[in-house]
Amino acid sequence: MLRYFLKRLLSLALSLVVASLVIFLALEVVPGDPAAYMLGINAQEDTLAVLRDQLGLNGTVVERYFAWAGGMLRGDFGISYTYRTPVAEMIGERLWISLPLALYALVLSTLIAFPAGIWAASKRGSAADVTVMGVTQLGVAIPNFWFAMLMVLVFAINLRWFSAGGFVGWDAGFAAALKSLTLPAVALALPQASILARVMRSSLLDTLSEDYIRTARAKGLSRGQALWRHALRNALIPVLTIIGMQFSFLLAGAIIIENVFFLPGLGRLVFQSISARDLIVVESVVMLLVFAVIVVNFAVDMAYAVVDPRLRTRR
Amino acid sequence: MKGNRNLWLGGGLTLIFASAALISFLWVPYDTTVLDIANKIKGPSGAHPLGTDHFGRDILSMIMVGARTSIAVALVAVGIGMGLGVPLGLTAAAKKGSLLDELIMRGNDLVFAFPSLLIAIMITAVFGASALNAIIAIGIFNIPVFARLTRSGALSLWTRDYVMAARVAGKGAARISAEHILPNVTNLLIVQGTIQFSLGILAEAGLSYVGLGAQPPTASWGRMLADSQTMISFAPHMALFPGLAILLTVLGLNLMGDGLRDMFDPKLRRAR
Repeated sequence: MLRYFLKRLLSLALSLVVASLVIFLALEVVPGDPAAYMLGINAQEDTLAVLRDQLGLNGTVVERYFAWAGGMLRGDFGISYTYRTPVAEMIGERLWISLPLALYALVLSTLIAFPAGIWAASKRGSAADVTVMGVTQLGVAIPNFWFAMLMVLVFAINLRWFSAGGFVGWDAGFAAALKSLTLPAVALALPQASILARVMRSSLLDTLSEDYIRTARAKGLSRGQALWRHALRNALIPVLTIIGMQFSFLLAGAIIIENVFFLPGLGRLVFQSISARDLIVVESVVMLLVFAVIVVNFAVDMAYAVVDPRLRTRR
Repeated sequence: MKGNRNLWLGGGLTLIFASAALISFLWVPYDTTVLDIANKIKGPSGAHPLGTDHFGRDILSMIMVGARTSIAVALVAVGIGMGLGVPLGLTAAAKKGSLLDELIMRGNDLVFAFPSLLIAIMITAVFGASALNAIIAIGIFNIPVFARLTRSGALSLWTRDYVMAARVAGKGAARISAEHILPNVTNLLIVQGTIQFSLGILAEAGLSYVGLGAQPPTASWGRMLADSQTMISFAPHMALFPGLAILLTVLGLNLMGDGLRDMFDPKLRRAR
């Protein structure tokens, strides 16, 4: 177990190093001098030099990479070119919207998908199964930002149950804040719930055809009892994999959904930074999201190894 | 193929949108580059079956021209994914366990760690927003998908007797891959290709919606939705039809993918 853990930890560290190199070098080739961009076309050469020095733009590529990567490790993400405030602070503020949004959507998606998938599998071939499969087929195909717009039309503009956009802030109370994240979270959750319900259903059906289920049935358990007592636990492994992968889709997907609802999260920060050519912010946010994806996948892998010893030796 | 409802329904939907895109090269009801302010934001009518937008452009014509953008972007992105992913997967399977195999697979893991939207954001930040950059972003993400699929499909084939026979006959790994392995993974690739195609259409729509994809005056479904957003309370038809176009195209491709899988591998039909 320890050997497996260390091996995976090493590959995690390696992935992070390579990812940071890719991101750094990709943005390194961008033409133009941020200092010149900030000061405008009439800037004096000596003021430019001072600013370049402040921004850490002097030095070789290698020096700058280590300064950036080392800074990130200490929680220092540099200074925004346009706002002149520490990037870490800006990200920290926005993270309080994007992260709860992604988690909220993940919870919703699981709450929808589990009952739907289990129901469809337990009544295989019935009208219920056909309905769940049909609805999920639509859920996979619907663009989530369009679904979000339709929800705004129905629930915000016509019924006035929710506001059409914006975030009231956590200071307004947990319930109020959660309410303003509800439509975005539903929009994010729907396609993911559809995928998850389908995975849940097919995984359960696979498990239900195993020999030990037949044994349990032969011992007198009903189909439902066999499903709840024996099949469900074993069917969960592929479902957990998908949940782990979905977290990254939800974080990235939030970037688009935040734009529909004018939520001041990481997504809007990225777009504002791209249009302002504030590349250090783009660089840091992308690195942070990639970091989250890699770490979550690592955590899922570890969770399996704890739950299912067979998986430790497979790779 | 008889009784394969998914294939017929999905193929039919796909055909409708593919023909709409092709017809738009020859004829559209109205020129989408001409503004007609006198007729702006009109609901569906005899003259404009799907209504007009805020510049008085015919929405049906815009959807037909937009289909071109969506299909072109997704098709080229799948092409990039297959063109690079399949040879990588074949090489990895032929040299299984070698350093090269390890490098290819770890490289794939790395691309998977970047959600496609993040790749798109980085590319846009560096090179600016355009349909071409959207293609590259979606295409890069498709490479590991095809590389993995090809590798796993090819690995099981390398143990077959006919491959052994080909080796005994003195054929090299490259020739065996091209002549014996590739034809036998084609079905897998076609099914995955339709799925990636539909994901590409969704991704293109999302990118154009946030302004990172096709730029005006190029018509695209995502941009039409972005334009309609502020007017949704009084002109819902502007948002409804482009969204339906995306939904139906993606649905059609997904159903077709399911249908093709059933056709190629009837065993799976029972399992699902």
